[in-house]
Amino acid sequence: MTEQQTAQHVAEQPGASGAYQAHFRVWRGDTDGGALSDFTVEVHEGEVVLDIIHRLQATQAPDLAVRWNCKAGKCGSCSAEINGRPRLMCMTRMSVFERTETITVTPMRAFPVVRDLVTDVSFNYAKAREIPAFVPPPELGPGEYRMQQEDVGRSQEFRKCIECFLCQDTCHVVRDHEENKAAFAGPRFLMRIAELDMHPLDAAPESGIDRKRTAQDEHGLGYCNITKCCTEVCPEHIKITDNALIPLKERAADRKYDPLVWLGNKIRRRTE
Amino acid sequence: MAHVDRQTWDVVVVGAGGAGLRAAIEAREAGMRTAVICKSLFGKAHTVMAEGGIAASMGNANEHDNWQVHFRDTMRGGKFLNHWRMAELHAREAPDRVWELETWGALFDRTPDGRISQRNFGGHEYPRLAHVGDRTGLELIRTLQQKIVSLQQEDEKEFGAYDARLKVFQECTVTRVLTESKSGSATGSGKVSGTFCYERESGRFFVLEAPAVVLATGGIGKSFKVTSNSWEYTGDGHALALLAGAPLINMEFVQFHPTGMVWPPSVKGILVTESVRGDGGVLRNSDGKRFMFGYIPDVFKEKYAETEDEGDRWYEDPDHNRRPPELLPRDEVARAINAEVKAGRGSPHGGVFLDVSTRMPAEVIKRRLPSMHHQFKELADVDITAEPMEVGPTCHYVMGGVDVDPDTAAATGVPGLFAAGEVAGGMHGSNRLGGNSLSDLLVFGRRAGLYAAEYVTGLTARPAADPLQIDAAEAEALRPFSAEGEEREGAADRGPAENPYTLHQELQQAMNDLVGIIRKESEMFEALKRLADLRVRARRAGVEGHRQYNPGWHLAIDLRNMLLVSECVARAALEREESRGGHTRDDHPAMDRSWRNINLVCELADPQGDARAADPSLGQIRLARRETPPIRRDLLELFEKDELAKYLTDEELTR
Repeated sequence: MTEQQTAQHVAEQPGASGAYQAHFRVWRGDTDGGALSDFTVEVHEGEVVLDIIHRLQATQAPDLAVRWNCKAGKCGSCSAEINGRPRLMCMTRMSVFERTETITVTPMRAFPVVRDLVTDVSFNYAKAREIPAFVPPPELGPGEYRMQQEDVGRSQEFRKCIECFLCQDTCHVVRDHEENKAAFAGPRFLMRIAELDMHPLDAAPESGIDRKRTAQDEHGLGYCNITKCCTEVCPEHIKITDNALIPLKERAADRKYDPLVWLGNKIRRRTE
Repeated sequence: MAHVDRQTWDVVVVGAGGAGLRAAIEAREAGMRTAVICKSLFGKAHTVMAEGGIAASMGNANEHDNWQVHFRDTMRGGKFLNHWRMAELHAREAPDRVWELETWGALFDRTPDGRISQRNFGGHEYPRLAHVGDRTGLELIRTLQQKIVSLQQEDEKEFGAYDARLKVFQECTVTRVLTESKSGSATGSGKVSGTFCYERESGRFFVLEAPAVVLATGGIGKSFKVTSNSWEYTGDGHALALLAGAPLINMEFVQFHPTGMVWPPSVKGILVTESVRGDGGVLRNSDGKRFMFGYIPDVFKEKYAETEDEGDRWYEDPDHNRRPPELLPRDEVARAINAEVKAGRGSPHGGVFLDVSTRMPAEVIKRRLPSMHHQFKELADVDITAEPMEVGPTCHYVMGGVDVDPDTAAATGVPGLFAAGEVAGGMHGSNRLGGNSLSDLLVFGRRAGLYAAEYVTGLTARPAADPLQIDAAEAEALRPFSAEGEEREGAADRGPAENPYTLHQELQQAMNDLVGIIRKESEMFEALKRLADLRVRARRAGVEGHRQYNPGWHLAIDLRNMLLVSECVARAALEREESRGGHTRDDHPAMDRSWRNINLVCELADPQGDARAADPSLGQIRLARRETPPIRRDLLELFEKDELAKYLTDEELTR
């Protein structure tokens, strides 16, 4: 981060404002392969990488494929790798780079390319379907839910997730290991399990679903060796490893080795 | 073109935002095999952008709240042009729709006693917006998305396939609603028979045959240069309805949200949530003055504070003080900001100052407005806990839309076509209150799904998709690939291929400058001229490359929709010679009671062909005036006589 701040500082020196020409290398191609293409393109004050990609579309490469939506960091569509780092293009300001620097934009590496910067992210949707949904407590009707802010706060942090899939992209378990994809849900969906497990009113246990056990046995929690790569790239600054994955591992371990302890904890927590 | 792939469904929902997903859930739960088709990935719809909250009179924060108060606020906000029945259903059903979300796993912010917390917003008498910080739309979309997945999990257990009864076709676009041919015409105008679609990824065409189609495509903001809307908002559903023979109403009413970012240029228009003001933020001009106190219109005089002290006391003691004028409905605040900037009292980048830094401790700001804190820090180098934001109006929402039956969401004139959410007209009248959009999506999304299912169940035979229409739709969609140099029937059609991006930029500039927040007759005539010219040029919009994930091609197709919808806005705005809500005429600045019960109805002038599209001297839209049904007596009685007299004509009052 320090490096970026320095670059930002340099770019914003007096006299540095106004338009300039930047050098971009953008990966272009499809399922049959492709290569980096060089572009020289105008950059204006305050712009982000996605603005530059759009300028390329409008002026030099009308069929350049890019996925995007809100352009405000809220929808998580414009994920890519900028100089090798997984980022949202709409939240990466041009001012973090030196003006002379070549900026390389490539598609997310962990997913198959569709075309140019667009990847096939269906892996994530398949994993989402494998996680049992919230189980509403049968004894409570709509409008009868009572929960304390401090109790919902933990799961709320994980529900900030915009599903940009950058954590899935960067996670070394699958990044260069296609063979692990079948057995591993990835940080986003392990976090989803943690979110449901920490939901104050989730009735999964009563309905026979053990979220912790399935995290371990069916969704590959054990593959995670808490290197925190996912947390580092999260544009929402969710502490995926510390607040979701590690607690989930601890609870899964408790559950595994001592079910009675776990049950006691669960009952105490509910009656507090 | 018999090779176009066809699939059969019971209900097709176009759009996967709040309204579309809620409709799909309802239709599927009513036993319909339901297809959802959306331009983006599942879970990315524009609903995620909603920040402030969902308005529902649950009464958790103030026990005096109830549906009648919510109804009153909604009618006032829309300056009584709302379809009263929609406003009534919305106010009555919103709480159930919010509570239902909790049973699907939503986690709203809580009150101290554990219920759903509710916050203040412009035009709402009591704190009414259920929220999750300032990312309520994300919570809504994710909850609905996860509910869809849970229904798919049930189907997987029962039928062995997740998609058996509910399938999401993501990154696909619908270009035509197909209808049963009537008396041999090529465009049809009978019952709905399905949709013509293409897959964005491959460019492959396909047809979803279904007797019911629910339009839930959102709005039209991408026709304007400064907008809070994403690329998807190209008026698709509005245009699909028009082209299928269904009329639009209230298209002159476009909401300019008062607070969009104004700097840096690349983020101009991005939304700054109204919660900033709801939670205590104030607007100041370059003199440091809270100028909104000078802009309280007569109709709202009794309801807003006259001094800063009173306004400030209201946050703590709302029962004995009146609310600050920063919380007037959006149209009022947007016009005031516009006037301040025009008078030379704007901020350095052409907006005004919105300040929370002097109103709340930094940690409270970060907790209550985390997205705003993040957005300004990341995109503008502004720390909102330490300095004011610069904000100005941005095109945000269209009140106008498909003319629907208020109870069933059925579109007028086309059996089997339904519309819900922003694409439907009537609910919000001339101006929508903040927070009423998310509740609208849920209330009318559910109704659209329910009544679409009922309609399908009641059919004895399914309308067949007409091969002629499918051929015509395919030819229309492929046109941009053969644009250059080709000679067609009309002389005006000839010329070099046009760049779709350039055409789009010119359209946005024209709408922004000539049919924007303040309108006048001469400028709207000019707008119609430019639109006609753009329409002819758009027929020559050409693209390079092939059909696989080709954004230039997608835009060329979307241009048809934006041009149709823009003409509706310009024509209706020219016709309505008064100022009301999201329609402000410089040359007719006052609200006129005789216009209150008039809807302007837009229809395709030449539904049988596209001769008009090729001729710049003709318009594609025919406009008609229609009187709205009188407001039901018991609903009128919720208001004081004096207040009604400001909106209704003497004749209506004595009826």
